[in-house]
Order: sequence, then C-alpha cells, then structure tokens
Amino acid sequence: MVARNDPVDVVIIGAGASGAAVAWALADTRMQIVCLEQGGWPDPSRFPSASLDWEAQSMDDYAISPNRRDLPEDYPINDDDSPIKIANYNGVGGGTVFYAAHFPRLHPSDFRVRSLDGVADDWPLDYQTLEPYYALNDQMMGIAALAGDPAYPEKAAVMPPIPLGRTGERLGQAMNGLGWHWWPSDAAIATHEYEGRAPCINLGQCGSGCAQGAKASADVTYWPQAIRSRIELRTRCRVSRIEADDQDMATGVHYVDENGHERFQPAQIVIMACNGVGTPRILLNSASGRFPDGLANSSGLVGKNLMLHPYAQIRGHFDEPLDGYRGPPICTWSMEFYETDPSRDFVRGYCFQFSRGLGPARTAINGMADGLMPWGEGHHDAFRRLFERSAGMVSICEDLPEETNRVTLDPGRSDRDGVPAPRITYRLSDNTRKMLDHSIARGTEILKAAGARDITVKSPLPYAGWHLLGTARMGADPDRSVVNEWGRSHDVKNLFIVDGSIFVTSGGVNPTSTIQALALYIADQIKTRIYDLFD
Amino acid sequence: MSGTKTKADTELSAAELDTLRLIAGHMIPASSRHGIPGADDPAIFADISGSLDRDASCVREALALADGLAGGRLAQADPAAQMRTLARFKAAYPALAGTIESVVARCYYRDKRVLESIGMEPRAPFPEGYAVEQGDWSLLDPVRARGRIYRDGG
Repeated sequence: MVARNDPVDVVIIGAGASGAAVAWALADTRMQIVCLEQGGWPDPSRFPSASLDWEAQSMDDYAISPNRRDLPEDYPINDDDSPIKIANYNGVGGGTVFYAAHFPRLHPSDFRVRSLDGVADDWPLDYQTLEPYYALNDQMMGIAALAGDPAYPEKAAVMPPIPLGRTGERLGQAMNGLGWHWWPSDAAIATHEYEGRAPCINLGQCGSGCAQGAKASADVTYWPQAIRSRIELRTRCRVSRIEADDQDMATGVHYVDENGHERFQPAQIVIMACNGVGTPRILLNSASGRFPDGLANSSGLVGKNLMLHPYAQIRGHFDEPLDGYRGPPICTWSMEFYETDPSRDFVRGYCFQFSRGLGPARTAINGMADGLMPWGEGHHDAFRRLFERSAGMVSICEDLPEETNRVTLDPGRSDRDGVPAPRITYRLSDNTRKMLDHSIARGTEILKAAGARDITVKSPLPYAGWHLLGTARMGADPDRSVVNEWGRSHDVKNLFIVDGSIFVTSGGVNPTSTIQALALYIADQIKTRIYDLFD
Repeated sequence: MSGTKTKADTELSAAELDTLRLIAGHMIPASSRHGIPGADDPAIFADISGSLDRDASCVREALALADGLAGGRLAQADPAAQMRTLARFKAAYPALAGTIESVVARCYYRDKRVLESIGMEPRAPFPEGYAVEQGDWSLLDPVRARGRIYRDGG
C-alpha cells in the first residue's frame, strides 16, 4: 500500500542549481511548494579540505563519479558506451557542491546557431530575454568578476575577481604575446563577505566542496532564503515516476522516503530539476498505457540529443613555482576561439579555462600515468620537477545535438530502490574531433609561449561528463521539442522542466549560470501566466 | 567506505600484502638524499593497505597478475627478476598499474614526513587557507584595447 500525502500546489524534483532557483523564485506566490531531493544536506565540516587527507577523500566519498562513490543517495549510471563518463553530486545543491564555480554565460550567438552558422536549431528565446535573469542570478549566487570583458555584452561585477596569481599572470603574458583574448573568469566565489558567506581563503578544493562556504553552491545561496520563505525541502526522498491522468495532466509523483517507504505526493504542478540524465530517466520510467514511450514524449525526443561538452586537457610544467594547489583551481578564460571562423574546418567553437596546479598525490598519480615520473630511484627528483610547477587548460568544446547521443533506461541495472538506471550512448562527432584537435594545437602553442616543458594532452578527457544537456529540449514545435518556449511540457500542461535538459544547443561554456537563469525565467513565466497556465 | 563494501571485501591476505608491499617499495623507494621513507615504510604501508576500499578488487586482480607473471610469488623472486616482472606488468596492464599507483600515492603523499620534505605544512587546507598573489591586472590592458570580439545574436 503506497501512502498518500496531503496535496500541495507545486512539487519540485531535485534540489540542485535549477531546483533551488525555481523554488526561491516561486516562493513569493505563497503557493504550497515541496521539493523532493534524493540526497541529504552536504556537511561542510566533512568536506575533504577540512582534513589532512583531502586528496584521497576527493577520489573516494567525494569523487565526481556516482559509480565510484556508490553512496546510498547515488544511482548507478551505465556509461560504458561513452568515451566521456558522467559526473554528478546527489544532494542539496546538486552539482554546484562539486563544481569549480567557473560561471560564464552563454554568448548572444549561442541562441542563434541555425541563423548564424546553419547548424542545429535556434533557441526559442535569446540572450536579451535571459539577460535580466542572468543578472539576478549573479546577485543571488554572488559572482566575482571583472567588468569590461570584450567577449561579452556589458555585465556588472558583483564582487572583485578572484586573484590571477602567478599562474594567471604567466599564461596571460603568453596570451598577450600571441595577441589572443583572455580575461579573469566570472567565478561563483565570494571574494569578500557576502550574504552570510565568508570570503575565499584559497583552499584550492572547490571541486570537492568548499569548507569555508565561500563558493556559491545552491545549498548556501538559494536554499536558505527559499526555506525562510516557507518552501519545504524533504531530503532523502527519491522520485521514481510521475503519475498522469486521462486528461494528460500530472497528478503527482511517486517516491521512496528516507525510511524506505513508498509514497505518493499529489500536486497541481510538477517541476523537474533533475539534470540532463535524471530528468529523462524519470520521464522514461513514467511510461504508462496512455504514454507508452514515456511521459511528455510524443516527440520521441526525451533522452535524445544528449550533449556533454567534450574537453581536451593540455597541461605543462615550468621551471619556477606557480600557485600549485592553492587558490580557486580555475583562474582565467579565453574566448578567442569561441565564435565560428569560416577559415577553420569545424563550425562553432570552444573556450579555454586556464587552471592552476595540483596537490602532491595528484601530481604523482598524473606524473606516473603520463610517463613523466618513473618507478624507482628517479621518482623523487621527477616529482620535484613537477610539483607546484604545473599549469594548463581545458578546452570546452561546443557539442552539437545528435539524436543518436542519448539517455535510455538500462534493463539490467537499477538503484537501491529498484528504479531502472540510466544508460548513456554517446559518440564524438567529426566536428567535435576537429575542434578538440584545434584546441590541442592552440593550447600547446600557448603553453610553449609561456615557457612550459613536459606538456601532456588528454582528449577527450574521460572523467569530465559534468554538463548534462539537451535531453528534453525546448522549442515552439511540439514535434521537434519536449517543452515549449517557457519550459512547459507540450504534452502535459502542468509539467515543467527547468534543468539543463531543455538546452537546444550547448554553447562552449559551463552551463550553470544559464541553467539557473532559465529556471528563474520559467518561474517568472509561471507567475505571470498563472491564470491561464494550463491552456 | 562505499555503501556496499565490507571489511572482508577490502582486506588483503598475507601473501597479497607481501606483493603489494614489494611493488610499493619499488615504485617509491626510500631516499637518504631527500631524507624520506619509501612507500613500504611500515606506517605508510599500513595506511595503504588499510585504505583500499573501492579499489580492493582491482588491487587484488593486479597482484594476482603480477604474481602470475613472476611464476608464483613475486616477493620470493630474486631482485633482478622482480624488476623485470614489474616492467612487464606495467606494460601489459597499464590500467591496473594505474590503480596501484593511485592507492600508493594517495597515502604516501599524506604522510607528515613526506609532506614536510616537499615543503608543505602537514595540515588540512581549512581553516587557515593559503595566500595567492593578486597578480598584475595591467596585463589586461592590451585585451581591453583590442575591443569587442563577440557576435550579436542577429
């Protein structure tokens, strides 16, 4: 017997970047809103940077791969058929708990790829429409930046930028020598006290949780304010499927609570904020007699067009010490190769994000794997040639949508609650390979100009499947999209999606700021259309 | 420890421990010049063998293969044969060798003696944090001077 809760106005599935933003934005409606999150609250006092063995912890309980962590809140993801492995964090704050806090926006041209470059599809909205929501989100998250970046339309800086450090300086000098664009990264990191957050003290471990609380993860930005506004957040509640009636309206969600009991939460509106893998997983698992191919899937596009942002990593080593493991790992970016250039053999482009060094264990592990550090007597001298002397970059390549890249349900694997696991099928396109190769050549050129030796390359970077995009795309045409121009399902009129699933194209930058701006935009649409929301 | 692992899953046998200790010592030997222990130092090795957790099954597989290449027990082979066997093992099973490198390096480079020898304070990053230089912001002047590089949305 499944227990049935009292009905609510809105149920949000997932308490990550987008779930937090949409919950906060809807709070002033005074609707009764419940968010169900499969993980718990992160505990900053247990983050790796609060321990002497910070590096080891970041490879175990705080690893970015859910398959590696295998904690009770994690669900397995079959990514055997993908050269890029999926990364996530399941808990309040979602991926923002582990992200590097690199916070670029999409560019105006990213919303018009068909019109400008003749590929993929234009978005049903544009940069100007999202701009006020980007700005609001920058305030809510507390963004450190330097105004005046010539790669973007004018945007305000909320706080001063994170330090360039020796790394940013060294690579910046090289970029100037080459005549190429670079700029301090917009970073979701407090550089002074901000809304109760302490300033960054350069722990260097943004990627496994910020013990200082300086990093803007959604658990320390949106959620405290949303909860003060009486949004209810229930943790350790895993949603398995969405129920719909014969009027094609969602009636609520089935979930397993923290005690392992199955429950049904009735709701007038269902909002999905589960990321580009979790959202199609639940929609496909919500198949019924009326929706045999999964809920909201009359287009057949749920789970398709998965975009992951293939990365190439290029790193080098220098004769003098740089910043090493200290400071926010990513310090600057370059948009020099972002826009389409007809003289190249690929369309669209990529950004570079420049990064500082590694801790001692990572230095040794990478050094041995890259053949720069032998076993035996030579280990110690080789280590000293690399440690605190490394710097480099990753290129984040725009991944164009292809229906063959997709999320399906794995018939042979499920999570601890018996919900089928997602399975990833993903291939690199020829366009992407050419883009990766171009970025490797340019990255190597930059490092050589900076005086680096012992340059190493990994392409595509395998454990970098952070950006989970496109699997329930937005658009005006119900045959070519899953949700409409403001995030509502074409098929199920009280079902909304606010996460990275709705991206039409991926751009070539980290997506969190755009995901959150979209969530704020969709919340505004819900509020302004509330009297004819389901028409 | 990950959700499904038990102590029995992660503890190695005495023979497996012998092989792992030998490999760790070959990988990162003690250095009198740098004044540091090797990865087979008793305290460091106890940390390694007690921290296998998620990697225990891969480590077991790797150790069995290394012993197999040695024709029985790697730890009982003569030193020259051990070196040859380890070179063959690394060449034949790079992914498993990488796992061994990872479990060894993770523990070796958190030993206080080792950290001090490479110039690190043996402490957690939090709460003291670290200093990072601001850098020279005037380096951005040429970037500003070049002007806008983005395209409009049309």
